[in-house]
Amino acid sequence: MSYFDLFKALIPEAIITGIALCLLAVDLAALRPQSMSVRLRWCGGMAILGCASAIGWMLLQPAQLQAGMLAIGPLTQWIKLSLLILTAFIAVISFSARFTVHVGEYFALLLFATVGLMLLVSADNFLLIFLALELLSISLYALTAFHKNRLASAEAALKYYLFGSVAAAFTLFGISLLYGVTGEIQLSGINAHLSAGHQEPIFYIALVMTLAGFAFKLAAAPFHFWAPDVYEGAPTPIAAYIASASKVGSFFVVARILWTAFPGARGGASAPGWMPVLVVLAVISMTLGNLAALMQRKVSRLLAYSAVAHGAYAVLALLAAPQQGLPSLLFYVITYALTALGAFAVVGVIEASGGRAELKDFAGFSRRAPLLAFCLLVFMLSLAGIPPLAGFFGKFYVFTAAAEATPRLSLLWLVILAVATSAVSLYYYLQILKQVYAAAPLEHLVWSPPARSSQWAIVLLAGTIIVLGCFPSLLLTRIAAVLSAHPF
Amino acid sequence: MMLAGTIYLSFFGAAALMLLPARQARCARPLALLTALGGLACALAALVGRWSQIEPGALRDITNAPWIGELGIRFHLAADGISLTLVLLTGIAAVTGILFSWNIETRPREFFALYMALIGGVYGVFLSFDLFLLFVFYEIAIIPKYFLIAIWGSTRREYGAMKLALYSFAGSAMVLVGLIAAYVVAGAKTFDLVELAKYPFPAEFQSWAFLLVFVGFAILAGLWPFHTWAPTGHVAAPTGASMLLAGVVMKLGAYGALRVAMTLFPLGLHRWQHLIAALAVVGIVYGAAVALTQRDFKFVIGYSSVSHMGFVLLGLMTLTQIGLTGATLQMFSHGIIAGLLFAVVGRMIYDRAHTRDLNELGAFRLGKAMPFAAIVFVLAASASMGLPGFSGFIAEMQTLIGAWRVFPGLTVLAAVGILIGVAFLWRAQTKAFFPEGGSPAPGTHLAAITLPEKIGALTLLSTTILIGLYPRLLLDLIASAFQSPLMQPIWKGTLS
Amino acid sequence: MTTLPLLTGLIALPLAGGIALLLTKPAQEKLARAIGLATSLLALLIVGVIWSGFDRTSGGMQWVEQAAWAPSIGIEYHLGVDGISLLMLLLTTLLVPFSLLASWKISRQPKLYFALTLFLESGLLGTFTALNFIHWFLFWELSLIPAFFLIKIWGGPKAGAAAFQFFLYTMVGSVALLVAFLAIYAATNTFDFGQLAGLAAHGEIFGAHQRLAGAIFLAALLGFAVKVPLLPFHSWLPAAYAEAPTGASMLLTGAMSKMGVYGFLRILLPIFPEQMRAAQTPLLWLAVATIVFPAAAAFAQRDLKRMVAYSSINHLGYCLLGIIAATRLTPGGMDFTNEKAAALNGVVLQMFSHGLTAAALFYFVGLIEERAGGLRCLHDFGGLRQVAPVFCGLMGITVFASLGLPGLGGFVGEFLIFKGALPLASWAAAIATLGLLFTAIFLLTILQRVFAGPLPGKWSHWRDLSAAERWCVAPVIGLIFILGILPQAVLDVTNPTVLHLLQQF
Repeated sequence: MSYFDLFKALIPEAIITGIALCLLAVDLAALRPQSMSVRLRWCGGMAILGCASAIGWMLLQPAQLQAGMLAIGPLTQWIKLSLLILTAFIAVISFSARFTVHVGEYFALLLFATVGLMLLVSADNFLLIFLALELLSISLYALTAFHKNRLASAEAALKYYLFGSVAAAFTLFGISLLYGVTGEIQLSGINAHLSAGHQEPIFYIALVMTLAGFAFKLAAAPFHFWAPDVYEGAPTPIAAYIASASKVGSFFVVARILWTAFPGARGGASAPGWMPVLVVLAVISMTLGNLAALMQRKVSRLLAYSAVAHGAYAVLALLAAPQQGLPSLLFYVITYALTALGAFAVVGVIEASGGRAELKDFAGFSRRAPLLAFCLLVFMLSLAGIPPLAGFFGKFYVFTAAAEATPRLSLLWLVILAVATSAVSLYYYLQILKQVYAAAPLEHLVWSPPARSSQWAIVLLAGTIIVLGCFPSLLLTRIAAVLSAHPF
Repeated sequence: MMLAGTIYLSFFGAAALMLLPARQARCARPLALLTALGGLACALAALVGRWSQIEPGALRDITNAPWIGELGIRFHLAADGISLTLVLLTGIAAVTGILFSWNIETRPREFFALYMALIGGVYGVFLSFDLFLLFVFYEIAIIPKYFLIAIWGSTRREYGAMKLALYSFAGSAMVLVGLIAAYVVAGAKTFDLVELAKYPFPAEFQSWAFLLVFVGFAILAGLWPFHTWAPTGHVAAPTGASMLLAGVVMKLGAYGALRVAMTLFPLGLHRWQHLIAALAVVGIVYGAAVALTQRDFKFVIGYSSVSHMGFVLLGLMTLTQIGLTGATLQMFSHGIIAGLLFAVVGRMIYDRAHTRDLNELGAFRLGKAMPFAAIVFVLAASASMGLPGFSGFIAEMQTLIGAWRVFPGLTVLAAVGILIGVAFLWRAQTKAFFPEGGSPAPGTHLAAITLPEKIGALTLLSTTILIGLYPRLLLDLIASAFQSPLMQPIWKGTLS
Repeated sequence: MTTLPLLTGLIALPLAGGIALLLTKPAQEKLARAIGLATSLLALLIVGVIWSGFDRTSGGMQWVEQAAWAPSIGIEYHLGVDGISLLMLLLTTLLVPFSLLASWKISRQPKLYFALTLFLESGLLGTFTALNFIHWFLFWELSLIPAFFLIKIWGGPKAGAAAFQFFLYTMVGSVALLVAFLAIYAATNTFDFGQLAGLAAHGEIFGAHQRLAGAIFLAALLGFAVKVPLLPFHSWLPAAYAEAPTGASMLLTGAMSKMGVYGFLRILLPIFPEQMRAAQTPLLWLAVATIVFPAAAAFAQRDLKRMVAYSSINHLGYCLLGIIAATRLTPGGMDFTNEKAAALNGVVLQMFSHGLTAAALFYFVGLIEERAGGLRCLHDFGGLRQVAPVFCGLMGITVFASLGLPGLGGFVGEFLIFKGALPLASWAAAIATLGLLFTAIFLLTILQRVFAGPLPGKWSHWRDLSAAERWCVAPVIGLIFILGILPQAVLDVTNPTVLHLLQQF
């Protein structure tokens, strides 16, 4: 394998990086005198163009690389594709951003975060995983603080940064222990070492440390404390990004680590291994996330807690066997990402009208914007898991996979808990919808219709969720195709 | 094939209503009525088609196509006599419900769009033979109910709506767990009811899975002590929605309990049969007794629904041909009668007098002010009491015969429930329509009964009388369905 | 025998007439009344046809109509008449035109009144001809609704409570009856009276629930005991009769109370012979109580209508006495068939004659009330004989018929009952004769208080019976005489049926 092959395999990442640098230059050199909306359009347009060209390249030149630090195959390509689409959506809903004057930097950071994510999903090596993770995180810390006029934004960024660095330290510590135990930082190498039968107690410490670091990224309780503040404080498109693209990438990499590096250390309900750790994380997250969400008055915080709960459901898929677990996980996180993205986009519309995205700011929304209100209805019901929306099938698939995971239904109790907490969640989603549909509109909010582009984006997302709910096979067959070619 | 039209037409109607331009809001009502009539016509056409060539126990496939191949989920619509009966009920309830919602002036497009979506979901449940599909339709029916009540409801509407939604969702969560467990245990990669029913689930598994799925569904059927959503929900709902709630939504629960829980887990059924029968009888007596003490007219009817749905559950638990037939007919009969009672109380009285307090209604001298409403109510109440000549009599009679063979003691208690039923209907009727003494309140003018109301009331009345006088119209259909191979597991190890 | 479904026509006719007269225009009250009367007379004519075509040698069912209804639950359309039913049909169709004429001048919603009366007739005719329990029960309950409304809407000041009591008592009885028959159906899979009687002869009607046989019987008994009424289930009756409008009281006492006695004959005797025998002694006590106590209670009444109502209970008590006495198991091969037949024939005859006389009594009391402007207390009247001799004479005949004067309708029935009951249940019959005495005394008291003594000044302008009123009551008085003089005409019809009935147990 030559360096040229390696470069060819990394061309999508290179395109995005290049575009990000161009963006900075163009904004600095040419766009400064222009009005905000022009700058937003140009920069956003360039970012979308970058994503589109990377997507185009991947579709035209499918890469296959299974050596060294990178493992690129149809599956990772496909995940990157989804990440790029999500990023493009974020760029679209950022068009009406009013929170910053540093447009070029904003989009460049967004693209850098995306590059981090793309490397994260392609990495087959703990060191690269850590580097990619840091690239992603640092970009996101900065983006979170981008709302310069809001104290909450700075506070959120600081919290995010502090928690994030501690978590990164944990991860690094875990990785170094792993290296110490196995002498490997290659995922497949660790597996080979483990299968040879060497499992010292310290290995489990390493495992727990590593997982703890990722649990932070997934906002799984009890590592979720940053999430509500960040979702509330960060600019809405960034919160959407954290909830969608970042979630997809992180879950994918966790799945990859667990199933390629530690399949032998799976463990059982009582045996040591990563399964009990995940069970504990899932139980705490789904209970705490859903119960805490019941008490929220701000929709962004509510969505944060709901994200914690949804993370727990995705963890259920990790507990299943890879044959069922991986497709259900992918379907679940991707549909969740689309839904969360849509929900945040609508929250952004409300905030742009001067609301603070409190529950009562949604009052009478259906009278003002029937179409957007309907889209919000779709997003909320999909999050609650109501058929025929994608969120329902996602949950259903995950629960079925988890129930099938162990013989004699020994994980069924967890599924029961998941279904029960999911039933509880309907309450708070309906609280939002009640305001939207049943309450009378508030007078003091001046309704400003959102940009047409973000409106289209929202409608497109809602449509996708309905279509994927009615015909999940559309996505499932794609997933099956990429999985059958070469898992991981 | 006609039958699938009911589902498609209703959802099409819902979508069309949603997309109707705001300036054409006037067209919402006729459009809704038209689609509902279309659904009813489909149901009737199927009934007539089937009537001419009845074959006992036939389950007819309508559509059976792969849907989500990865999980073996199929789009399997089919019908037997039970489905057909309930589809017919849904059609009638949908049409009359729209007639009694003719005075909806606020946001009519949204109202009827939600209404038709609910109807479409209900049709879907009654015709689905793939459990996943059935569950999807079952959930589709929940959400419109919430909005119908929360937006257009009356007394404590948000509380009632939320309570109803959460109870329904909790019930469906239990069902979901049961379905997933059954799918996994059977390991056949199929959700098809006919296929799964052939799988011999282990007895211990059946024991808890039955309880989970049955209770999950029965929550919606108003099984005591999980019935409390029913009165509050009924009271809060606008008339059309109350009629649907009592008329068809409660039947969803009973139907699911029969179609899914009882068919899949017969051993579990036999294990819990007596307990559930006892709960059903408690529901019968308790519902009636509580109805006797209510001041709000709608609460009286709401609790009476709990009481009458108890007969459905009791009939199901008899596991005798006659009891099961009776239970199914009772679903139909109660749907019609409860719909009529809610129509009189919610639409004819409440929308005019703006009170439902039995003590205040006396002042309106409704018996004289609205003779039509009074006569309709008296007839509906007679039907509800189980007087012969009305459909309720045939249904409750069969249920009691079946119950007597299995639980004689409980049957006597159920009969006491009937007596209390007479008493509370009587009390409500006297207080509201024929109060003793006093003179009419001055200056109260009640608007005349409109034509849609008259048509709706006469449709429902003639249906209950028709079935009461000539029950064979439905009985043969229902009875034959219980002889089908699909239903055979239920009979295992029972008498007759 | 003919293939013409005359019985279906007979039942449907009043229903159709009632609906037809409801459909007339508001201004056409006269037409509506005429339709009502014509319908009821036509029904009488049909019964006449059946009477003339009736085979007097057969004790079985005639004019039978049978068709599947809901076979999967044992419901059949099954009609037929035997001697007992036929007599009841005749009574009903006679009383309805009488009642309609008596209510001719009713002012409040006359159309509805006439229609309800016709619906009630339909229910009664259906009850007296149905031979399948559910079919029968349908009419049994349906007759309740028009009766309820007749009391409720056109009744006196306390009509609401009276109607409610009436409805509730009957409903409790009906539910008990229904449960009993459902239990029987659960064991036998049939609702047909004939088949049930056949099974009962072999003791097979209770299936696996043999130990509950007593409870089932009691439940069925309750249904009829309330309707007749048998003491202590009678307390609804005086209020209902007293509050009901005259025409309705006539039908209630004349025809509806016979539904209960008819139920004893048609259902309890053939289907529960064992249980009837087992319960004979307590039932005899109750029957005696039903004869004696209401007669005594009537003394305490000052309200004419209530007095007549109590006398009605008392007279139906004789019917029950006859029926229960006839259930006695005859020991040691002694043949009591003649006595039993006499008792049962007497019961049927008493039902018929009481129907006529009680209706006529209510008619007269109604006339008094109408003329006195609502007063009907015993003390309000006196000496009316002086101003209204015809009134006094005709009412006197009715009262004497009621207390059983030989030569009038009431005598033959009571005589036959006592003839049968004395050897079968001597002690009960002996006590019951006390009742005869009481009855005679309080009925004569009415005559004396109302018609004899000084005439209060306010009644000096009391109108005697008008020609219309005389013509109205004349046929009934005529029948009372015919029944007293020529009871054979009726006994010819009933005797074969009674003998047939006796063979069954």
